[in-house]
Amino acid sequence: MSENYPALLVIVPLLSAFAIYACSWLHKKSCLPLAITGLSISFLISIGLLIKVLHRGPFSYHLGGWTPPWGIAYELDQINALVLLAVTTVALVNLIATGKEIERLFADRKGAFYALYLLFVVGLLGIVVTGDLFNLYVLLEIASITGYSLIAMGESARAPISSLNYVFMGTIGACFYLLGVGYMYIMTGSLNMADVRGLLPPLYHSSAILAAFIFCLVGVMIKMGFFPLHFWLPNAYTYAPSPAASLIAPLMTKVMAYVMIRLMVSVFSPSFVFSSISASRGIVWLACLAIIIGAVMALSQRDIRRMLTYIIVSEIGYIVGGAWLGNATAMSGAILHILNDALMTLCVFLAVGAVSRKLGRLYIEDLAGLFKKMPFTMAGFVAGGISIIGVPPTCGFFSKWYLILGAIEANNYGFVAALIISSLINVALFFRIIETAFMGNPHTAAIGHEWTSGIQEVSLTTLVPLLVVTTGLVILGIFSGVVVTQVIRPGLTGVF
Amino acid sequence: MEFFLTHLVAKYNFWLYIILMMIGLYAMIAKNNLIKKLVGMNIFQTAIILFYVSIGSKKGATIPIIEHSGKTVGHALDPAHYVNPLPHVLMLTAIVVSVSTFGVALALAVKIYQRYKTLEEDEILTRIRES
Repeated sequence: MSENYPALLVIVPLLSAFAIYACSWLHKKSCLPLAITGLSISFLISIGLLIKVLHRGPFSYHLGGWTPPWGIAYELDQINALVLLAVTTVALVNLIATGKEIERLFADRKGAFYALYLLFVVGLLGIVVTGDLFNLYVLLEIASITGYSLIAMGESARAPISSLNYVFMGTIGACFYLLGVGYMYIMTGSLNMADVRGLLPPLYHSSAILAAFIFCLVGVMIKMGFFPLHFWLPNAYTYAPSPAASLIAPLMTKVMAYVMIRLMVSVFSPSFVFSSISASRGIVWLACLAIIIGAVMALSQRDIRRMLTYIIVSEIGYIVGGAWLGNATAMSGAILHILNDALMTLCVFLAVGAVSRKLGRLYIEDLAGLFKKMPFTMAGFVAGGISIIGVPPTCGFFSKWYLILGAIEANNYGFVAALIISSLINVALFFRIIETAFMGNPHTAAIGHEWTSGIQEVSLTTLVPLLVVTTGLVILGIFSGVVVTQVIRPGLTGVF
Repeated sequence: MEFFLTHLVAKYNFWLYIILMMIGLYAMIAKNNLIKKLVGMNIFQTAIILFYVSIGSKKGATIPIIEHSGKTVGHALDPAHYVNPLPHVLMLTAIVVSVSTFGVALALAVKIYQRYKTLEEDEILTRIRES
């Protein structure tokens, strides 16, 4: 049983997606329990896989018993076991927290929503675990197509058009990736990542391999919303229905950032990525621009969810910059930031989703006096905000710390400056909201919500997961040293 | 002349797929009607499918099955004489992907038409600004 964990991890949610859709015709009430069961099994398996990887080291699983490079292999190492755990955790917690909201919003389309939800998670898990370049493309498109549909289910009139813009950009990205894989296949005749890695070194001088790398990189960067290819992102995430936004926003961009790191580390080698092509400095500068422009754009927004989407653009800048600084410290910081950012984004999006359920609209001035009305939700939002700013002991501080250390090691002080400036802008951002919510006079300023005295919190099913995520932020922060030394660094041995 | 022969004629499949891709990209950027943009997207995807198919083709070669190799059994066993079927098989999957993307995009276009009663992008944008 346990040797089949990598396959079960992907297949259990896949089968439950189909079961849910069938179930929605027969017995509508059992959809949510089925979805939660499917994701819980997947969550437990990902814990099992992480423990197994830590004990035994990296291993590969051959689907159908076909040995690579002929068959498709699932590769497990310390880093992707960690990312898998992050994906299943975020998906499960978000489903539990927003279950009631989903039942209310999609009363007649429940089956479709849950099936898409699970298929999206299947796509992401597959992307992270697969060891095959073409398989990655297919799973990437599974995750993207379900993502487009989830976003288009939003109530807002602008949801379909934002989703269609995302379709255009996403398809261009996926096509570039496919083209890059094609060039690699022409040169090496293989699609298995480990095999390609072995075959590539004699071909590093070839311009076809350079073209392949650039095509793959640009494709993945479009998908992750890296500045200046981020224009689809704010609209798509703002107009998505809130249960889908708090699933897609933390996961999609982060998993794509992981794909970029995987391409750099386990398909190409850092010697090629950092020395043969002299792009790393340029990309780090672009990342600095992404960080600062994302933060400034966030500052100019009135709508809180839109503001958070620009913060995602800025966070992607952190990860890409860290990955391209070219040393082990910065790379560990980037990988740690993938985990932290998934958790922080989930935390703020859950809180914002809960607030928007009560208020309807989400402009900053609508929050006036909200602390007295929804103390726990707002506390969760503040915790997420503090972590995004990077205040110890929340986890956001530690990944920024590793990134800054890595930047100093690489003598790149521009990146250090960008990190610090964006943290300062984040302080302004979140304290503006906290001030309005804490000090604002609800009687005069409240436009969006009727003021009534007393606490009007959302239900416990939302509050408990939010509390879990908030404590998770602190726990991950305290143990981030352990995560880096015990899990991420061993995963990077032989790379730097 | 030599440049013409080595870069244009010998690698004409690359030029064709690049031209097709650019036609698709142009339609996606410059056209105002959403359906025309979608067709451009489909041309873009098809260009890459044709690229994969072209790299898997070989003149005078057969399929890698012993039965089909004609009289001499050794014919289909020698890699020089058979076509690598893998790129074509991969493209079956890619075609499925592109069809489903196109399907989702068309469904979105229908939804947009129901909301705004038009598929011209500039009219949709003015309506968004008015509301």
